[in-house]
Amino acid sequence: MTQIILTLFNGLSLGSILLLIALGLAITFGLMNVINMAHGELIMIGAYVTYVMQNLFLNYAPQQYFDLYFILSIPIALLIAAGVGMILEFSLIRFLYRRPLDSLLATWGVGLMLQQLARSIFGAPNVGVQSPSFLNGGLEVGTLLFPYSRLFIIGLSIVCLVSIYYYFYRTSSGRRVRAVMQNRQMAECLGVSTRKVDLITFAIGSGFAGVAGCALTLLGAIGPTIGTNYIIDAFMVVVVGGVGALFGAVAGALGIGFFNTVFEYVTNASLGKVLIFLLIIAFLQWRPSGLVTSRSRSLD
Amino acid sequence: MRKKTHYFLLLIVGLVFSMLVACSAADNAANATDPEEDETETETEETTETEETSSEDEDTIKVGILHSLSGTMAISETSVRDSELLAIKEINENGGVLGKQLEPIIEDGASDWPTFAEKAKKLLQQDEVATIFGGWTSASRKAMLPVVEENNGLLWYPVQYEGMEASPNIFYTGAAPNQQIVPAVSWLLENRGTKFFLLGSDYVFPRTANAAIKAQLEAEGGELLAEEYTPLGHTDYNTIIAKIKSEQPEVIFNTLNGDSNVAFFKQLSDAGITSDDITVLSVSVAEEEIKGIGADVIEGHLTSWNYYQTTDTPENEEFVANYKAEYGDDAVTADPIEAGYFGVYLWAKAVEAAGTTDVDAVKEAAKGIEFDAPGGPVKIDGDNQHVYKTVRIGEVRSDGQIDELWNSGEPLKPDPYLEGYDWASELSEALSQ
Repeated sequence: MTQIILTLFNGLSLGSILLLIALGLAITFGLMNVINMAHGELIMIGAYVTYVMQNLFLNYAPQQYFDLYFILSIPIALLIAAGVGMILEFSLIRFLYRRPLDSLLATWGVGLMLQQLARSIFGAPNVGVQSPSFLNGGLEVGTLLFPYSRLFIIGLSIVCLVSIYYYFYRTSSGRRVRAVMQNRQMAECLGVSTRKVDLITFAIGSGFAGVAGCALTLLGAIGPTIGTNYIIDAFMVVVVGGVGALFGAVAGALGIGFFNTVFEYVTNASLGKVLIFLLIIAFLQWRPSGLVTSRSRSLD
Repeated sequence: MRKKTHYFLLLIVGLVFSMLVACSAADNAANATDPEEDETETETEETTETEETSSEDEDTIKVGILHSLSGTMAISETSVRDSELLAIKEINENGGVLGKQLEPIIEDGASDWPTFAEKAKKLLQQDEVATIFGGWTSASRKAMLPVVEENNGLLWYPVQYEGMEASPNIFYTGAAPNQQIVPAVSWLLENRGTKFFLLGSDYVFPRTANAAIKAQLEAEGGELLAEEYTPLGHTDYNTIIAKIKSEQPEVIFNTLNGDSNVAFFKQLSDAGITSDDITVLSVSVAEEEIKGIGADVIEGHLTSWNYYQTTDTPENEEFVANYKAEYGDDAVTADPIEAGYFGVYLWAKAVEAAGTTDVDAVKEAAKGIEFDAPGGPVKIDGDNQHVYKTVRIGEVRSDGQIDELWNSGEPLKPDPYLEGYDWASELSEALSQ
């Protein structure tokens, strides 16, 4: 019984991480159809922002406020990654909306440049980020232990999801975004500035990549190549969830998270990965457009 | 029309994925050699001759440095390049080799094994370097091996590895298995417990090393609970940790490589497992990696190497001071950094002894050459071109440095094929094919 609960929790935890890294991509790739290979590097920017914040607090803030660095890092990572995304959109991607293949190569190149930039600024070796003390340890329930860092990531992904939902479905600005994505010409006719909407949407997608980077510092390595570890998973989630459907990503992330954990537990990590890929291929045979299909003109 | 574009997009993304996957799969391909190598064999004989004459005339000696300066392995390899450059600088300041200054030619292997083969060929044929210092992963060494053999070049390889190899054109300055893994297993069995859990990245080094460890455990009375491998770059260790919890080992022997170590140790500590509960001994985690992992989560766990920054020798005091003066106070030294450093000195001594940079003469002269390295005296073994080194087991401190708990007392003779161990006899036959 405990084993089942633990596996369920691990699946949920992995699913929440996948969701967090894929949310931004669900917007830039899913909604906007930009194959953004630099998504991983936007995650990297978020991770390095956390590292810089940690060092600032270490050097300039009083000891007892040290833990606050992590809380503050999240909005700052969001803003900085969104800013980089904005520059990227304004200087490059807006010229390539009609040429998806070019945008794939161009963003791949931008990704490499950002990696090299990080290497020049922070050095090639990984840097360490100390988890805030309130996230050390875990919640003990009977014999089970749920690490606080994992619980925090689950919570953070829910908060991100809710805020994205609120923005896209409950605000007029979000409504405009959906209008542009569904029928660009019609939206233009009705006076929506599609240029501005594109810019904002891309910035939002990039910003959430930054938040994901911030959260990943709790779990793994922070180095120039952190993005390449996660970009495949991010695309996988969006494709399985259904391109164009924001909430397909949720189902995709949780599905992949659960199955991956179970496969890995029953077999081993390498074989688990193979099985999950096989499952995805089989699944896409059955539903080529993913779990949630959205019917809109731009996608047909 | 639009629908088609959409599927096309998916297809392209799929292609890119498979490229990425192939990139990481290349890590597993130990024998990744360039098939084109054979064609150049005839040209090479001519070029080696010109090399001798041209390098004799000039007032510098060119040496190649071939490490990954970009890509996933740049994390580890850039600092080895730094230490090799430091050694070259020091040698030049002391008058060079044979009265000539050394001129380093730096190439980037880009964490891509065919690139290592290509760049090694370029260094040997086009730049006509006297020797190459380079490589980190076994895959990169295996990619360079046929190139240096066919061109009769020299390669100094600075990293501990799985053994079962002795190329006549490669000098191995890192530890052979009997200078790192075998003594670590024996020490753990004596001091920390007999129930072992083997965890490694899924490629040639961990699998070969674990095959040897399993044979050793059987022979020395250890118990193998489980053996797990994760893909290179794996980031989620929750499931592995769940398995560890249910198996309840006393010792985890860790051969994970690269970023995975960070994820593993952070998540292990999150799961409430400390070094008091289970001892983790790592063979790919040194001072440099500890900086990235965070000393707080790895404190108290063990490592096995031939050198630590804290190693107490006069040579090391000077080496650490010089290294920090050159690369900043935050820089740390570690085993492969030291092995890269003294490799340059061993080569320089061999060239001085031979009186020429000619490869065959240098190889002959290198036999039995000794040097007082920062990690203690080292000596080249004439039979297999590995190095006599002292084994040291250490415990990670809270400041990220490593305290030595035990050492072998004297430099051990390298034994890449584990010929000195009865339990390994079948193993070495099976693996060295």
